[in-house]
This record gives sequence, structure tokens and C-alpha cells, in this order.
Amino acid sequence: MKNDKLVVAKKKFNSRLIVGTGKYRSMSECAKAIKLSGAEIVTVAVRRVNISDKKKPLLMDYINPKKITYLPNTAGCFTSKDALRTLRLARDIGGWKLVKLEVLGDKKNLFPDMIETLKSTEVLTKEGFKVMVYCNDDPLMAKRLENVGACAIMPLAAPIGSGLGIQNTTNIKIIRSQTKLPLIIDAGLGQASDAAIAMELGCDGVLANTAIAKAKKPFEMALAFKNAVVAGRQSFLAGRMDKSIYGNASSPKKGII
Amino acid sequence: MKKIKKIKIKVNGKFSLINDNLSLSIFLKQLKIPLKKVAIELNHEIIDKNKLKKIKLKKDDKIEIVHFIGGG
Repeated sequence: MKNDKLVVAKKKFNSRLIVGTGKYRSMSECAKAIKLSGAEIVTVAVRRVNISDKKKPLLMDYINPKKITYLPNTAGCFTSKDALRTLRLARDIGGWKLVKLEVLGDKKNLFPDMIETLKSTEVLTKEGFKVMVYCNDDPLMAKRLENVGACAIMPLAAPIGSGLGIQNTTNIKIIRSQTKLPLIIDAGLGQASDAAIAMELGCDGVLANTAIAKAKKPFEMALAFKNAVVAGRQSFLAGRMDKSIYGNASSPKKGII
Repeated sequence: MKKIKKIKIKVNGKFSLINDNLSLSIFLKQLKIPLKKVAIELNHEIIDKNKLKKIKLKKDDKIEIVHFIGGG
């Protein structure tokens, strides 16, 4: 397991858990949860600086970008144009080229607009970005994203922030079988066991935000996700036993009295 | 005494009255913006932070100053 690392765009990470930094009650709570989760990549949003209140704490003061990889995300963008603008700005903040693309098409379910997403992936890749792409659990679209240069495929488990867990394990398995790119389940996980299931399906990692931030006890849930991702990965590598519809006794028949 | 002409610009969506001929560099310093932690857009174009001194702000300029915040 020591050499079993998550590799994204040639960068190696020990942890297969990526966590979001939104929805926490405070920056210090967010920072502590990240530490407990063991995550080495965190997603961040690009927003306007609050000019009237300069005393507002800055994310970078709590989470050191030299120690934790910031993954700028286009959360909240509904067009390719907005997503491209956001990531170009993100790159300018400090040279971030590894980014997460998310172009939403539907305000109620927050499903991705895959046509805009595909278009943006192509443009960003040509501009030198390494694009991890939030997408539907659609094998055909996942393939198309791969063809235009995505560096990681990030299908949803369920709608963002819904906590429903993986809704379509079959599609995730199909996507797994067709790609060698990092496959990371993004969005919709609700509890640690969901992360373990994702890893047992052969995913390379999971991304969680709301499931940790909005747990009754975020610190405990951060730790639970850390352990679940490790357990799920180990279980996948160990290879499950064959299923049978019949019982099969564990004790030998020989020597029964 | 010569009266300094004021111009109206928009910063992060809000109107601001500034001295005419002010450089972007000085304007950002006045706002105490930590340059290493932000990106700057002027009229929808990203500005190279090494060239801020050379840029003089004009009437109706639109500036966006962004940084990273918590997000999913």
C-alpha cells in the first residue's frame, strides 16, 4: 500500500481523498477537518475580494498552498465562458494549472452541462491546463472528455450536496473498465461507507465536501472518510470473493461428531 | 490650488470615485490588496501583476479583484 499512490497529471499523492473547503462554520474548522481527513488536495473557489471588510480571514492564511495542493474549481459557473474566465484568473493568482472544471446546466439539480463542459475541457487543455472534469456518470461523455484531453474523470455519485451516495454503480463500473485515467467520484456522497463503495468499484479517489462539512460532527466524519477511502482501496486491491446464491460452510465437514 | 479631477470606476461591482490619472498599482495599494494572493482583471482582461504601475485608470474602467475562498 505504501507505493499505492494517486497519480494525477504526473503528480503523486499519498491520499486518495480530495476534500472541498466550502460550507464549514469557520476557517479554523475547515482547516482542522482537512488535517484530520489526510487530504493533500483541496478544492477552492474563485470569488471577489471583499474590499469593504479587509479583516475577513483569508483561506490562504489557514491552509498553506505550499503544503496542500489547491485545486481551483469553477463551481457556480453555468457557461463555458464563465468557467474559462474563472480558471484563467485562478491560474494568475499563483500559477495553478491543475484545475477542476465544473459547468453546471441546471440550478435545481446542479447537473453538469456536458456540452459546455466538453467544449471548455478542449479549450483549457489547449491552453496548457491539466483539467479534472466533473461530469455525469455517462460512459460515452466520459470517453469524449478523455479524447479531448481531460486529465481526470470525475463523475457524480448523485446531485452535488445531496448526500444520496452512488446512484448508478453499473455506469461507474463501465467508466472504470474503459479508462486508465484517474477516476474520481465527485459530488453526492453522504457518509463514509459511500466513499468505501466508490473505492471498491475501482475508482482512484473520491471528493467530498458537504458530507464532511455538514456532518453532525465534521471532525469525526473527516476521519471516517479517511479510513473509508483506505479500507475501500485495500478491499479493491485484495479482490473480493466470488458470490454464490447458496450457503457454503466455513467449518470443515470432516471430523464432525 | 488646482482641483484634482475625479473619475468614476467600478471595482468588484461597486462604484468608486478616484483621482484621475491614478495608476492601478497605487489604487491597489490604497485598498491594501495582497497582490500575491489575488488576480486582477481590468475591463475583462487579466492584468500581468508586474505591469500594474504602467496602467493608468480611466473613466468607467471595470476592475475585478479575485482570490480563493472555501468551495466544493
